[in-house]
Amino acid sequence: MTKRYSAFALLKEGLVGHTGWQPAWRSPEPKPRYDVVVVGGGGHGLATAHYLVRNHGLSSVAVIEKGWIGGGNSGRNTTVVRSNYFFPESAALYEMALKLYEGLSRALNYNIMLSQRGMVSLCHSPAEMETAARTVNAMQINGIDAELLSRAEVQRLMPALNCGPDARYPVYGAVHQARGGTARHDAVNWGYARAADRAGVDILQNTEVTDFIIEDGACRGVRTSRGDIRADRVGIAVAGHTSVLAARAGFRLPLTSFALQAAITEAVKPALDCVVVSPATGTYVSQSDKGDMVLGGGLDLVPSYGQRGNLPTLETVIAGLLEMFPSFRQLRLARQWAGITDVTPDSSPIIGESPLPNLFLNCGWGTGGFKAIPAGGTLFAHLLATGKHHEISRPFDLDRFERGRLIDEAAGSGIAH
Amino acid sequence: MQLFSCPFCGPRGESEFRFAGEFGNARPEGATVTDAQWSSYLHRRSNPKGRSAELWLHLTCGEVFRLDRDTLTHVVSGSYALGDCAEEVQP
Repeated sequence: MTKRYSAFALLKEGLVGHTGWQPAWRSPEPKPRYDVVVVGGGGHGLATAHYLVRNHGLSSVAVIEKGWIGGGNSGRNTTVVRSNYFFPESAALYEMALKLYEGLSRALNYNIMLSQRGMVSLCHSPAEMETAARTVNAMQINGIDAELLSRAEVQRLMPALNCGPDARYPVYGAVHQARGGTARHDAVNWGYARAADRAGVDILQNTEVTDFIIEDGACRGVRTSRGDIRADRVGIAVAGHTSVLAARAGFRLPLTSFALQAAITEAVKPALDCVVVSPATGTYVSQSDKGDMVLGGGLDLVPSYGQRGNLPTLETVIAGLLEMFPSFRQLRLARQWAGITDVTPDSSPIIGESPLPNLFLNCGWGTGGFKAIPAGGTLFAHLLATGKHHEISRPFDLDRFERGRLIDEAAGSGIAH
Repeated sequence: MQLFSCPFCGPRGESEFRFAGEFGNARPEGATVTDAQWSSYLHRRSNPKGRSAELWLHLTCGEVFRLDRDTLTHVVSGSYALGDCAEEVQP
């Protein structure tokens, strides 16, 4: 039986016809009771389960997933990781995630194919360059790598980018975070799932939470399509469907669900070796290891639970791409899809206790959940295990909407929300 | 391109419209409004999956109206001028 992945294990298995590999996680029967139940088998839910065991020593943890793990937004995002945020609260959160990503392949014994190829946010006017200089200063004060690039430096990074005088949105420069980049999103899910399963976490796929067990005004577990499961604490990490579960628990949240679209072209030889976003054209793009151009843009601003997306937004994104890279006109579109994102009024996530005691929330990541998975998991595990906030998650509590202390990253995250 | 129907202009392409909030989210009035009530009005949403009554702005004529649609299938079931939103069409 081969348990640990390594070059030696691959060689050994190659000699015996690859008969010793075992499934990366089990499909156990649900137990009637766990210490902690996490609803949602995406990146955040699986990472939470992993850190509940690894950081807090819990032994009885389950992840409940309606479909299959990583089948929602964790498999629909555009794989970008970065921490180029403006406010200190956000910088601490997303930098924690990026630092964990940097060691994640080794920590999980699973190659997440992290590629720190650099994140470039273009500026299209002198005024944008001034704002960009402020952003770079803020990031550096927050201890995050950032530099301001001139137009010549941008052109050197991306020879195919139209930086000429004929550009509809002329390029003046850019904000560059060299440690930003991409990671294989499926591998992040599968790596966390495998590590959590090895540590004894029960991953219950094809199990839908239909209701909450509420006794004496507190949450005591969940009712599922496979029977009741009791738990001391329940956490929900279900992204775009958080409001649906909240309604079953009897409260409303500051969330609206929107579709976020993405698309890929056919695969071509290497032509773009960084992630680039243009706030003016509303488009961002990177080239995957396979060679296809992965592109996305702003939200479809139509409240939606339909994982498709509408055509006008896709048209805007593609028009923006062709404006930036005229040579990409030759490419054919291979696939288009959408994920349902839960967007808060300030574009920052919610981590904290819900209005129902013993029920905890990890939601509101909106368009940026993937990059935050290791931090979301670490902080949510801390909250579920101790009942108290980690100092980094405290500003993101639900109470900020009553206190008025919002963390408005709509501008800071570099894409129009 | 999906067609939405403005009660004043008739069916138009979706890019002429902008979502303006949930229908029936009334502003709390009076001196005794608590932080929780005000926060709920400002920020908390029902965000339903399925049938939804919404406020939309028709950018070209500037009118705000009620649009009933399904957030899963995107099928539109009705469009009303706010002045005509009597008891029977309240959500």
